[in-house]
Amino acid sequence: MTRRQYWTGIIATVVALVIFVVPFVFIAFTAVKDKAQASHLDFTWPLQFLFWQNLVDVVTTRNYMLLLAYFNSSIITVGAVAMLILFGAMVGYVLQRRQSRWNQVIFGCVLAGLIIPPAVVPTIWVMQGLGLFKTIWGMVLIQVAYGLAFSVLLYRSFIATIPRDLDEAARIDGAKPLQIFLRVILPLLKPVTVTLIVVQSIAIFNDFTNPLYYLPGKENVTVQLTLFNFQSQFSTQFNLLFMNILLVTIPPLIVFIFFNRQIVAGMTAGAVKG
Amino acid sequence: MRCPVQRSPYPYWFVLPAAVVFVTLFLVPTVASLWFSLTRWDLYTASYIGLDNFRQFFSEQNLTLGLMNTVIYAVLTSATKTVFGLLLAVLLTSGIWGQSFLRTVVFFPVLVSTIGVGITFTVLMHPTKGLFNVGLAAIGLHGPGWLTDASLALYSVALVDLWKGVGLATLIYIAGLAAISPDYYEAARIDGATRVQQFWRVTVPLVQPATVTVITLSLIGGLRSFDLIWAMTKGGPGFSSDVLASVIYKQYQAGFYGLSTAGNVILFVLIATIILPLTWWFNRKEVDL
Amino acid sequence: MKLIPSAALFSAFVMVSGLAQADTVLSVLIDNNPETIASMNALTKAYTAAHPDVTFDIEQRPGGADGDNLIKTRLATGEMADVFDYNSGSLFQALKPTDTLADLSGLASQAGILDSFKTVVTGTDGVVRGVPFGAAMGGGIYYNKKIYADLGLKVPTTWAEFMANNEKIKAAGKVPVAQTYGDTWSSQLFVLSDFYNVAQVVPGFAADYTGNKAKYATTPAAMAGFQHLEDVFKAGYLNPDFGAAKFDDGMKMVATGEAAHYPMLTFGIGSVKQNEPDNLNDVGFFAQPGDDAAHNGLTVWMPAALYVPAKSANLDAAKAFVDFAGSVDGCNLMIGANGATGPYLIKGCELPKDVPASVADMLPYFQKDGGTVPALEFLSPIKGPNLEQITVAVGSGITSAADGAKQYDQDVEKQAKQLGLPNW
Repeated sequence: MTRRQYWTGIIATVVALVIFVVPFVFIAFTAVKDKAQASHLDFTWPLQFLFWQNLVDVVTTRNYMLLLAYFNSSIITVGAVAMLILFGAMVGYVLQRRQSRWNQVIFGCVLAGLIIPPAVVPTIWVMQGLGLFKTIWGMVLIQVAYGLAFSVLLYRSFIATIPRDLDEAARIDGAKPLQIFLRVILPLLKPVTVTLIVVQSIAIFNDFTNPLYYLPGKENVTVQLTLFNFQSQFSTQFNLLFMNILLVTIPPLIVFIFFNRQIVAGMTAGAVKG
Repeated sequence: MRCPVQRSPYPYWFVLPAAVVFVTLFLVPTVASLWFSLTRWDLYTASYIGLDNFRQFFSEQNLTLGLMNTVIYAVLTSATKTVFGLLLAVLLTSGIWGQSFLRTVVFFPVLVSTIGVGITFTVLMHPTKGLFNVGLAAIGLHGPGWLTDASLALYSVALVDLWKGVGLATLIYIAGLAAISPDYYEAARIDGATRVQQFWRVTVPLVQPATVTVITLSLIGGLRSFDLIWAMTKGGPGFSSDVLASVIYKQYQAGFYGLSTAGNVILFVLIATIILPLTWWFNRKEVDL
Repeated sequence: MKLIPSAALFSAFVMVSGLAQADTVLSVLIDNNPETIASMNALTKAYTAAHPDVTFDIEQRPGGADGDNLIKTRLATGEMADVFDYNSGSLFQALKPTDTLADLSGLASQAGILDSFKTVVTGTDGVVRGVPFGAAMGGGIYYNKKIYADLGLKVPTTWAEFMANNEKIKAAGKVPVAQTYGDTWSSQLFVLSDFYNVAQVVPGFAADYTGNKAKYATTPAAMAGFQHLEDVFKAGYLNPDFGAAKFDDGMKMVATGEAAHYPMLTFGIGSVKQNEPDNLNDVGFFAQPGDDAAHNGLTVWMPAALYVPAKSANLDAAKAFVDFAGSVDGCNLMIGANGATGPYLIKGCELPKDVPASVADMLPYFQKDGGTVPALEFLSPIKGPNLEQITVAVGSGITSAADGAKQYDQDVEKQAKQLGLPNW
């Protein structure tokens, strides 16, 4: 490392600490302050460390609403990601393996899914007609519908790297199409599947807009909705509001620590073409 | 059942589950929106009123402002993310001290809840008590009303968007830079090119696939942007930071469902008219290279 | 497969949170003003003490347009709490009460509620659907009595006198007018509280406005409110953080003497009582002055009301609780929680003798003949949903008063069409 690289690194680190780390330290400090000190909104050392008390206050607010929110968000995330993996891989598989006119149609749908903003009120109207509006499963299906395009694209390009000979061999052994897919192909997709799980979970867990529209009602709260709504609940208790932010920040932090590499792979997928 | 004709090992029913979900919850509403945007609608009865909703949209000054703001916001966030993303990527691949730590730090905000970020920065940008202006005051500067000054609010939100999103652009660029063969730089150095010349003559042209991805992703994201603006200003002060997505939501909340859907159609047309020509142009350029 | 463990987990969770008991839990949605919270806490606590099988889950919502929209959306999607508080008058009409709200005309407490209130919570079908929640209010200007005494100022009876006072206050180094556009709803006061003055000049305004004949932009008297907003901003009379400050901050500024004036509804004194009790009697109140000192009077608001959605799962329990809230006992509990902030519209619920100074300042307007006029939202079913964004824009110098009035006329038109009113 040259002297220049060393000093540039030092300066960059200091700048990055100020720009990128200070806001998180601010969140952590404010979250443990008492109500009076937090109301000053300033960046100061907490006079009191009320971590546990503030945590309990936030969690118990409105009959443990935050726990319910974590529960709902987890259901939505797990359900939607499971379906995205399975459905996305199936479409990507057929799309890559079989050439026909239909591919154009499917590809057009994928592009549409990536670009077109969802038509919100008509979607509510459809969901009401099907009895899916305001239901957790309706929300899961919405996340599947909106996330499919990305999954299909990712799987399609990855399946291109798996030799066709494998499917052929399985077929000669008498395996049916579904068996080939589930027993042979799906296990081989593990790297890209892990990437998708991580990336889609974070996106769905952090989603605010769609639950806001499609999942009203206090039994259906999600983590992001709770945080937004607690702005009025905690309008004078910034310590509790920031404790809530801290709690919402922790799951992605954990995922980030364990799946750093998969996230990087997923986020950069498609950035560098062939 | 046995079929005499040989059946494909890649049957189309594999597409079925995905297609059912996608068609019912995405395509059908999208097509239906074209009709509902021409109605006055309360979710139960829709009465046809022709193009009145669109007329309303373009005659109401505050709604047109939302349209303008959408374009400004998208172009601004996309441009800054592209520029800073590339510069940061070059910096973070140059072997400086603390490189991997810096990559982590720059990227982490991408994963954090937008609502949490929005609330936090709203507090940091408070005109008198916030850290931004307290910090500026400490060095003798009088800070502006970041979110309360109408001429500034949209740009302040865009700044936070940059803060939150630049990590993703950086990451994509780092992957793009890794794909450039070191031979090119070697050749450039032999030709006596300076660092700046290398950047412009080698890095920028060869990292173009990454640039296309960054611009396209951030433009689509910027045009549809809602969470951050809603968490920080709710389109205020007045209507000065309203964008199409927030207008659509406000009309929805106020019960103007037809008007809200018309806003959706306008957003769709706007995105299509910006993204499709752009993609076409990028593709053509790639062929030229 | 995934469903089974998660269902088990969830029922465990439900038991932990105590929801699995046979008791009735009434969900309540209220706005997050300190006065509302204190009133509701007092009512629910007393009610649970008398009926141990009924407990409450109280949710707070923002005020203003956010709150309006939240209520409309929750009613439209069938997600409303069992009991909620909301404005009476035109905002009540915008909820389509005949479809969405339960009939409350059979409650025992209705016998004691003044007819003047019943009319503003009656749907187009003639059925009463609310009980009063809180006191009647005046819209005007809070002022700091110490600043007025120190500078030898007199309570203004014309807008010109008010602006002259502001000039002196500014010269003395104090903030003349506190504004709190961080709570956007609070920006509407100069426009809405000016209605007394509008009605003096154009007595038929409310009817003509409903009939699509009179407009804000083309009625100079009605434009004045927008003009006032622009004028105080242009003169530099506002607190530096007017764009971010909240309602509580505004009351605090006028109570502690950081600012001399704060345009607000009279319920605001409840915030001072809770947060700055020592300054309670430093705050005075006067009606928003117009052009003519001879016609000086107060624009008044009917109290907000408690409503029960027609689709409530706990309809009977909710009605019983609302009945209690509308009784004399309920009224006295609210006075106990907040002190008296204005006249209550329940027979037999009297104000205590020692009311805060600002309330004492308000009562004479009610006692004088023609001293009050109801706010426009009680005389006309239309209130545009975007007034507060428009008043923030005018009050922050983004939009001129004339443009603001024009924009509001458009906003009103949109609402009138959606309500399906004749002549629009």
